[in-house]
Amino acid sequence: MDFIIQNILNAMQWGSFYALIALGYTLVYGVLRLINFAHGDIFMVGAYISFFVASFLIGPITGLSPVMAFVITVPLTMALTSLVGVTLERIAYRPLRRKGAHRLYVVITALMCGLVLEYSNLALLGASRLKFPELLEKQIWHFGGVTLTNLKVMVIVAAIVVFLFLQWVVTRTRVGMAMRAISYDKFAIPLMGIPIDRIIVVTFVLGSGFAGLAGLLFAMSYPVLEPFMGMLIGWKAFIAAVVGGIGDIKGAFVGGFLLGFIEVGVVMVFPSSYRDLFAFTILLLILWVKPSGLFGIPQSTKI
Amino acid sequence: MKRLLTTLLITGIAMMLAVPAMAAQTIKIGFNIPMTGDIPEVGEGSKNAAEMYLADINGAGGLEVGGKKYMLEFVYMDNESKADSAVNAALKLIEQEEVVAIIGPNSSKQAVPGGGTANENRVPMISPWSTNPNTTLDRPWVFRAAFLDPFQGPVVADFAAKKFSAKTAAVLFDVENDYSVGLAEVFKSAWESKGLGPVVAYESNGTKDQDYSAQLTTIIAAKPDFIFVPENYNQVALIIPQARDLGYKGQFMGSDAWGTPDLVKLCGEQCNGQYFSTHYAAAGAKGATKVFIDRYMEKYGAEPADYAALTWDSIGLMVEGIKNAGKVDSNPRKMRKAIRDGLAAIKSFDGVTGSSKFNEQGDPIKCAVVVKISEEGTFVFEESVCP
Repeated sequence: MDFIIQNILNAMQWGSFYALIALGYTLVYGVLRLINFAHGDIFMVGAYISFFVASFLIGPITGLSPVMAFVITVPLTMALTSLVGVTLERIAYRPLRRKGAHRLYVVITALMCGLVLEYSNLALLGASRLKFPELLEKQIWHFGGVTLTNLKVMVIVAAIVVFLFLQWVVTRTRVGMAMRAISYDKFAIPLMGIPIDRIIVVTFVLGSGFAGLAGLLFAMSYPVLEPFMGMLIGWKAFIAAVVGGIGDIKGAFVGGFLLGFIEVGVVMVFPSSYRDLFAFTILLLILWVKPSGLFGIPQSTKI
Repeated sequence: MKRLLTTLLITGIAMMLAVPAMAAQTIKIGFNIPMTGDIPEVGEGSKNAAEMYLADINGAGGLEVGGKKYMLEFVYMDNESKADSAVNAALKLIEQEEVVAIIGPNSSKQAVPGGGTANENRVPMISPWSTNPNTTLDRPWVFRAAFLDPFQGPVVADFAAKKFSAKTAAVLFDVENDYSVGLAEVFKSAWESKGLGPVVAYESNGTKDQDYSAQLTTIIAAKPDFIFVPENYNQVALIIPQARDLGYKGQFMGSDAWGTPDLVKLCGEQCNGQYFSTHYAAAGAKGATKVFIDRYMEKYGAEPADYAALTWDSIGLMVEGIKNAGKVDSNPRKMRKAIRDGLAAIKSFDGVTGSSKFNEQGDPIKCAVVVKISEEGTFVFEESVCP
């Protein structure tokens, strides 16, 4: 029994990362109908930004205590990472949108932006891996045979809070209403006096900011950083978002946790080489039964 | 114009033909090493050791073979830490550079295919660092300076049984890495043949994995006395802290892939107090080994890692093979044959990584050392295990 509860906690932590990244995919898709394939690499950039911010803050110049450094690192990382996301939107996606390029070209551009981020990191910092400094003193709690760390709890709580926050933004605020409106009809919306570019920037700020938060939490949980760390997890989070029904906040959240649970569950029973085979077969079956994803609404124009 | 081009071409060919004849006074050895890619520090360490050796020999007026002195010439070729590039680098060294012998590749991932190329082209090759048996198996032209995994596995098993009084063991290995899979299998059979107790968990992961909690939960639930982790240092740096988070308090044991200073950098304090088997320990060295370490420290400002020391010994072996050849032939084919026979004739060798005897496969039989990661994060000699 302890064994199963422990693995449920493991799956919740791992699924939290998928969910946090999937939320970014789905947010941008929901507004722009654009699959932002650079999102996994924005997550990687977030992890590196948090590394430099945290190292600077606990370094000799400021000399803050690790806990103080953590408190400052969270908003700073989110702000700087959203800056990266907005920059990407400004220099890569917006010009194409202005020229009325087909969505396919924007998706390919996103893919290339991701590779540019990966390889510029490799060129700048080299292939050697970085060690993330320990910011919070680790506490391990034992409940019978089950162990829990403060970090694990924080990751899971963060994923839930971010989900609730985004759900609130999209369904209960004026900005959220504008986002939904843009996805509904982006030609009629400017006529209603809604600043479409500003709403898109807000979308990227939210998506990239939470990717930055995910990067920070990931770097704290798995403190070895390398330039390609965002690639695989980004792809998988994207698939999680699709299975949940891309464009739907609830779907990304559920899809992320679902993938986390399947992966950990398979490894619990079978050798790890079966993990991706089983995980993606299950996801394939879900899409086979419900092609628009668990919470998605069928649409005629998707790519 | 056309005639001019033809003349130039002919002159060019004539010069290319003339070069080997003019260069007959030097002995050209190629290095197939990873200067970029996953493990660039390995290539750099190898090159540093080689440069030091080269300066020694050529500084003394060259290598004496059959009463005459010849200068050595080293050619470094990058294999990008990739298997296919290691084959290309070997071919380039053989066909374009016309080297008489090759040192490297270092890691088994490149040394197994690279050794095949050298063997097919009848060029003697020594791999400094490869521990996988297939590198030299049924390849009369391929030799090595490191011990083999079928030896390393039992070393770990014996040490753990004695040091931790362990009865049960668990293994976590990387299923995408031949080195890790091979060593895990060897260890499992070695442990079970001791009859102390079973391997209670035998779990695997992928090379790019970051979360090991599911495997570790299974392992910890099986309550092993220690966990053997034959994985690369960057994975070890994630595995050990995660196991501690899940409440594991026991020991870990590792293999020679742990032995880079980066392990301590990435893992921090949590790896302190663990043990791994490796080729040599820089701390507490004596005699020729100490001289080598001190000179290397002085020249490059860092302690030589095992791959640097093994490259040094590989060059020593190669020099011994060339001396055994007795004379230098200007025809590279004949010279390669002579060096191969010279290498095969070596029965024992004293190097900075200890003394070794060679069996009929060209594999050394030598001692391994078990190293402890001290509380200060340095690698400290624990004990030496001989076959």
